[in-house]
Amino acid sequence: MSKATTKPVRARAGRPHAVWALPGVLFFAFFAVVPMGLAFYLSFTQWDGLGDPRPVGLDNWQKLLDDPRITQSLWLTVLLTVCSWLFQTVVALLLGVWAAGKQRNRAVLSAIFFTPLLLSSTAVALLFYALLDPNFGIIQKDTLGSSSGAFLAIVFVGGWQFMPLHTLIYQGGARQIPQVLYQAAAIDGAGPLRQFFSITLPQLRHTVTTSSVLIIVGSLTYFETVLILTKGGPGTDTAILPYLMYEAGFKSYDFGYASAIASFLVVTATGLSLLLVRLTGFGTMRSTREGM
Amino acid sequence: MGSHTSIGGRSFSRRWVLGAGATTLLTTGLSACGSSGGSGSGDGTLTAFVYGDDAVKVQQAAVDRFNKSAAAKKAGGKIKLERIPGSDYSPKLRTAMGSPSAPDVFFNWGGGSIKPYVEADKLIDLTDIIENDEVLKKGFLPSVLAAGDLKGRHYGVPMRGMQPVILFYNKSVFTEHKLTPPTTWDQLLDINAKLKRAGITPFALGGSDIWPELMWLEYLVDRLGGPEVFRRIQDGDAEGWGDPAVLKAAEMVRDLVDDGAFGSKFTSVSYVNGGAPAVFAKGKAAMHLMGSWEYSTQLGKFPDFAKKDLGWAPFPKIEGGTGDARNVVGNPTNYWSVNTRVRNKDAAIAFLKECASREYAKDLVANGDVPTTSNAALLLGDAPNPEYARFQYQMVEEAPAFTLSWDQALGDELGTRMHTEISKLFAGKSSPSRFVAACKGLK
Repeated sequence: MSKATTKPVRARAGRPHAVWALPGVLFFAFFAVVPMGLAFYLSFTQWDGLGDPRPVGLDNWQKLLDDPRITQSLWLTVLLTVCSWLFQTVVALLLGVWAAGKQRNRAVLSAIFFTPLLLSSTAVALLFYALLDPNFGIIQKDTLGSSSGAFLAIVFVGGWQFMPLHTLIYQGGARQIPQVLYQAAAIDGAGPLRQFFSITLPQLRHTVTTSSVLIIVGSLTYFETVLILTKGGPGTDTAILPYLMYEAGFKSYDFGYASAIASFLVVTATGLSLLLVRLTGFGTMRSTREGM
Repeated sequence: MGSHTSIGGRSFSRRWVLGAGATTLLTTGLSACGSSGGSGSGDGTLTAFVYGDDAVKVQQAAVDRFNKSAAAKKAGGKIKLERIPGSDYSPKLRTAMGSPSAPDVFFNWGGGSIKPYVEADKLIDLTDIIENDEVLKKGFLPSVLAAGDLKGRHYGVPMRGMQPVILFYNKSVFTEHKLTPPTTWDQLLDINAKLKRAGITPFALGGSDIWPELMWLEYLVDRLGGPEVFRRIQDGDAEGWGDPAVLKAAEMVRDLVDDGAFGSKFTSVSYVNGGAPAVFAKGKAAMHLMGSWEYSTQLGKFPDFAKKDLGWAPFPKIEGGTGDARNVVGNPTNYWSVNTRVRNKDAAIAFLKECASREYAKDLVANGDVPTTSNAALLLGDAPNPEYARFQYQMVEEAPAFTLSWDQALGDELGTRMHTEISKLFAGKSSPSRFVAACKGLK
């Protein structure tokens, strides 16, 4: 379509006035941009919550580089992100594609699968904390007392809680795939497995990106479950970066250092998201229906 | 995992510029609001923050009494009590004290817990006021009044019961296996071996909270090297961690852990959520090193056990150690401190005097606490368990030294980092020598 044929009225209808964005922008500015800016400022100061922040230049950032706990924590954070992504993506993709079908009882089961998302993270973490109690829980094993057990418990509880959201995203994505593709594939003799890998998966690639960005950024800022389930333990073996940030801020009252960790997380999470969007070509929004 | 994150994969564009503009507007508006703040209700009512557990009813009664008293009328002020749920108390107090809506009077643990406030000039130095006031000066046990000091100056007045750490034991388990509470370390190890053979965990330990682990180190270091060892650390000399008593204590802890004295699951057991008290009350563990509040905790959760089978004893002495076996560790008490920006100083001081009164001490006793007032001994007969109350009072009164819990004494920043090292030591993620080396770095 050339520009000359587009009527001005339609162009305006397709692009609403900027004022409409104001409530959203204000909300985002007030609850995200302002706190982020303040945290960035605090990262160059020393502040114990009393009196005025005292500028200390790059001290906190230097401390961030020198702190031996950060190295371990960074590694744990990366590991948690990778494990969560793998666990949630694989299961949510399969569940979502299944939920997009027309099987019997599908709607009922989907509704049940969805319930964890309605609970607050704190409630979910407390629930699992009680279930995993070494003396009075259901397994009565020292799950949270061993490094690997505690780590896997965190991956599992987080996955259990957020998987429904990603299932829903994949369900919506899979519903969008034209049936005609499957019909054609069936005529060509492709079985369900071949159909999944040659049609469903390629057609869902933007959905995978959306869901992955959410999982990865979510994992990087994951916190409540760690606080309630393990408090970073045993020792410091589940002390991921957001937990160290909390500890520096609200246990040691070293808000400058906590802000440095927070700023580092913001930069990392934003960088990773942008990278992911670039690499997958999500940003250019190339249609999955090209050539159809 | 993250439906709650707003940082999506959006490229920076005009929206950000717009957002930044709005930000500037908002921050300007915000700072305008901030400066005009203040929590004053204007009628001379003072706010008092208190740790919101079951014992609050004693403080509430004191506030009610005070508000009706002649002293309150004379000073022209009343008190309003604000209960802050326990686990949120420290962060909430810190946030409030840094804001215009700070409390006038507040609960604290003395020592390191108030150090940042003193350094920020937020607390009234009560030394002269106490010296010049008969009621306050003679009202409290001197050792307890002094335990909350900073550099010899008083910033707080005792307001709750004493909380020494005590070795509790399960009487029925002890009777069944023909045991008596240990008075020496060798006896403790002997009991330990017998209980393990019987398939009972010798000691309950809420390792996931870390502070119950700290209690072991506090007593071991005190018995091995006396209170001077930690006193040096508390006074700011991190090299004090290099004292042989600390290394020896850490080695004894490792031996106990490796020996299975705390069972195999203690790192994920919590005191706060009731795990450790339940293990102890149900006889799965025979002993529990815990603060004196264990009695009221058990009374609340397992009343039959608390009344029939709960026994108590002092921490045993260690052969060859230089510390006096009568020494006590724990929290001497809690204190009221007064904000320098208090709206009515006279009313605040008058209220503190209320906490030295006989009525207040009686309320504490009725609640199962042992007051730190000088007249407490006469009142203990009315305690829910007079035998237990007298045991505590005598233990503290006779103690040559009462060492404040290390985490409270060191303050939040060092205390948190020390917790991490202790947790690593108990969990086997660190060795005694690495523990000592890491603690020397706590400064």
